[in-house]
Amino acid sequence: MFEIKTKELLGPKVWRMDIYAPLVAGKAMPGQFLIVRVDKDGERIPLTVCDYDRDRGLITIVFQTVGAETERMSRLAEGDCFADVVGPLGRPSDLVDLPVEELKAKKILFIAGGVGTAPCYNQLKWLHDNGVAVDCIQGARTKELLILEDEMKAVCENLYFATDDGSYGIHGNVCVALQKLWDDGVRYDHCVVIGPMIMMKFACQLTKKLGIPTVVSMNTIMVDGTGMCGACRLLVGGEVKFACVDGPEFDGWEVDFDQAMQRSRLYKTQEGELMLKLTEGDTHSGNCGVCK
Amino acid sequence: MKIDVFKKVPVAEQDPKVRATNFDEVNLGYTKEEAVLEASRCLNCKNARCMQGCPVSINIPGFISKLKDGDIEGAYHVISLSSSLPAVCGRVCPQETQCEAQCIRGVKGEAVSIGRLERFVADTAREMGIKPQLPADMVKKGKKVAVIGAGPSGLTCAGDLAKMGYDVTIFEALHKAGGVLVYGIPEFRLPKEKVVAKEVENVKALGVKIVTDAVIGRALTIDDLFDKEGFSAVFIGSGAGLPRFMNIPGEQSLGVFSANEYLTRSNLMGAFSPDSRTPIMRAKKAVIVGGGNVAMDAARTAKRLGAEVHVVYRRSEAEFPARVEEVHHAKEEGIIFDLLTNPVEIIADENGWVKGCTCIRMELGEPDATGRRSPVPVEGSEFTIECDAVIMSLGTSPNPLIKTTTSGLETNKRGGIIVDESEMTTREGVFAGGDAVTGAATVILAMGAGKSAAKGIDEYLSAQ
Ligand SMILES: Cc1cc2nc3c(=O)[nH]c(=O)nc-3n(C[C@H](O)[C@H](O)[C@H](O)COP(=O)(O)OP(=O)(O)OC[C@H]3O[C@@H](n4cnc5c(N)ncnc54)[C@H](O)[C@@H]3O)c2cc1C
Ligand SMILES: Cc1cc2nc3c(=O)[nH]c(=O)nc-3n(C[C@H](O)[C@H](O)[C@H](O)COP(=O)(O)OP(=O)(O)OC[C@H]3O[C@@H](n4cnc5c(N)ncnc54)[C@H](O)[C@@H]3O)c2cc1C
Ligand code: SF4
Ligand code: FES
Repeated sequence: MFEIKTKELLGPKVWRMDIYAPLVAGKAMPGQFLIVRVDKDGERIPLTVCDYDRDRGLITIVFQTVGAETERMSRLAEGDCFADVVGPLGRPSDLVDLPVEELKAKKILFIAGGVGTAPCYNQLKWLHDNGVAVDCIQGARTKELLILEDEMKAVCENLYFATDDGSYGIHGNVCVALQKLWDDGVRYDHCVVIGPMIMMKFACQLTKKLGIPTVVSMNTIMVDGTGMCGACRLLVGGEVKFACVDGPEFDGWEVDFDQAMQRSRLYKTQEGELMLKLTEGDTHSGNCGVCK
Repeated sequence: MKIDVFKKVPVAEQDPKVRATNFDEVNLGYTKEEAVLEASRCLNCKNARCMQGCPVSINIPGFISKLKDGDIEGAYHVISLSSSLPAVCGRVCPQETQCEAQCIRGVKGEAVSIGRLERFVADTAREMGIKPQLPADMVKKGKKVAVIGAGPSGLTCAGDLAKMGYDVTIFEALHKAGGVLVYGIPEFRLPKEKVVAKEVENVKALGVKIVTDAVIGRALTIDDLFDKEGFSAVFIGSGAGLPRFMNIPGEQSLGVFSANEYLTRSNLMGAFSPDSRTPIMRAKKAVIVGGGNVAMDAARTAKRLGAEVHVVYRRSEAEFPARVEEVHHAKEEGIIFDLLTNPVEIIADENGWVKGCTCIRMELGEPDATGRRSPVPVEGSEFTIECDAVIMSLGTSPNPLIKTTTSGLETNKRGGIIVDESEMTTREGVFAGGDAVTGAATVILAMGAGKSAAKGIDEYLSAQ
């Protein structure tokens, strides 16, 4: 049913897949996510909708192999099927609800970190298709981890790169890059940051200092993704919110990142054991205790 | 076998010590001999009081008398006239406050064990391969009806409509059909493969299509169902899945879960099995907050996953909303009850993990408007229970997703969808029932609402 039509390696451990999922493709909007399961025993894995083709019923996901389930996903081939693909979930980005004229009047900056580039791409593409010019800073640890360069260039007005080791673009992380642009006199009045939580946290501290209202996309732990379990809860402005139904996008100045990062470690030990079992196969005894 | 007519024929159960370490069903059910013996206790009353206690008025003496004669198939058909999920209801209905509470036998002794008999009939019928069937004279209506949610209300409504000749499709948000029966109620009370999956198969066998992974309000709206997909009526049976939290300090700590999350991981995702790919916390000492069925299920699940379990409830045992049988089973399994106690704060260690739950003692005050004595805190009585997990089961409310994406659909102040006598909502052609209307209630009420909505839909569509 949910057949993988194309599969491509975008960078180290980063995969792109186009999957046949007409119900999701029919309604997905930038900012929303979906949940996949590899097989009937699979965990429910939330992933951002990175692109959609309504006519052909295809959706695009881009994922990084970080643990056992994403590793198993990466072992699927073109022509294989996911057991489940459900979505679109969460609220679309607020940007797509604004009148285009209002968007055009704004100076919008996207900050994309690592695999967070793919979710940014979907929004940038939508804005580009609607004639809204937007800038983007794309960051990674090193050059070879930068993904979707050509696609990003095609939809951004100005695309800046930032690498921690200086191997490409600005030497430094995305915050260094933003500060540099600001010092050069470039101004923005709206910012969207998507990437690892730690990056979003520091980017928000900077945009707050600079006074640029900022939206972030929170990749919390999830189970159902429909508001039923509360696993995805986080504190925004001191209030409990559910990322899957109230988000995944939130006001970045209001999110309690420290707590969100802490909560994302909840199942680390168990996930680690699963990963070792998967990579070491039958040779994994679980007796040495490293995985505990 | 001789019996004491004032007492129920006892039913075999797994030994508490053994069952507290496994997820197999606790109650083993009657043998045929025991069932017929228990059935013989029924007086076959003319004005059967038990039927008045049953929310769907099953002809109880009717099925019991067939059973007495050993006619299982006949007994099954009598029940089927009013209930489409007897194997489920026989296991999870609160008979002690419904049919059995009214049974005339209960005046001088114990009521007839109606629930166990219902379960016996349903299980035996299933083993014999007896299934609900499309009526021989059924004529296809040529109209499509959409059902949202594959819980008890949706499955029932869909099954009944299919029997009337409608072309029915159920849209279910999760990857498995069953609603609370698959994600909430644990395996040890309601086996998933043996019972729930079979009930779902029966509904499919009537020609109902079930589309899983379909979130209505997102993938398709109710407007789409009418305008693009060609449905003539819609039934909403989306349940009441939104968990509540207490809003006390420390509730975001690692190790604090909603009962829904904990139970969904264990039941729907099978995390109780070491082979599952979905993780679940195996606590050493868990505090469960609440006193309903959900709290009992969370407590008994945590126990089976290896924890010492304390149930903390702010009222006294008399006010427990949970079924008596569940509380009794929980106690047998060694679960500790801290009554008239309410959490005020959750304490975390330096890494954010729960290390204790501070509670305050309560006492019962004057009866309030509803006659229930409401608990009031005893000042200065705070104390801390050391623990590494806290599971909140404080009740749930309906998910607002469908309401916010459907124009003309009104809800009451608690989020329940408003319906008229035929179960039609404020939007023409859209019907609703079960927990989505009433808030968290029971399987039998949800099933009853599904039946009555099927009737309402048939009347509505026939008048067109
Ligand atoms: C709304 C949303 C959108 C997302 N979009 C993308 C995307 O487009 N591309 C992508 O690569 N990843 C995305 N993620 C993260 C992705 O879901 C996790 O990487 C994945 O679940 C990890 O599963 P695993 O079994 O491979 O790793 P695990 O072994 O489960 O975990 C590895 C690490 O990932 C984190 N993690 C574990 N489970 C989850 C979870 N359910 N959700 C989030 N983080 C988790 C943990 O912090 C852990 O340290 C998104 C998450 C959310 C909530
Ligand atoms: C842990 C627990 C224990 C319980 N124990 C008992 C008991 O012992 N006895 C008893 O009588 N009752 C018990 N109950 C209550 C009983 O299970 C419910 O009252 C009953 O299941 C309600 O049925 P329903 O059909 O209204 O909804 P549900 O069973 O909640 O089913 C609703 C279904 O709709 C789906 N859905 C929701 N939104 C959408 C959407 N937008 N699109 C598509 N699908 C959607 C959900 O995924 C779900 O599958 C218990 C409940 C819980 C949680
Ligand atoms: S009230 Fe009791 S004794 Fe009378 S018919 Fe019902 S179950 Fe039988
Ligand atoms: S993932 Fe379950 S409520 Fe958000």
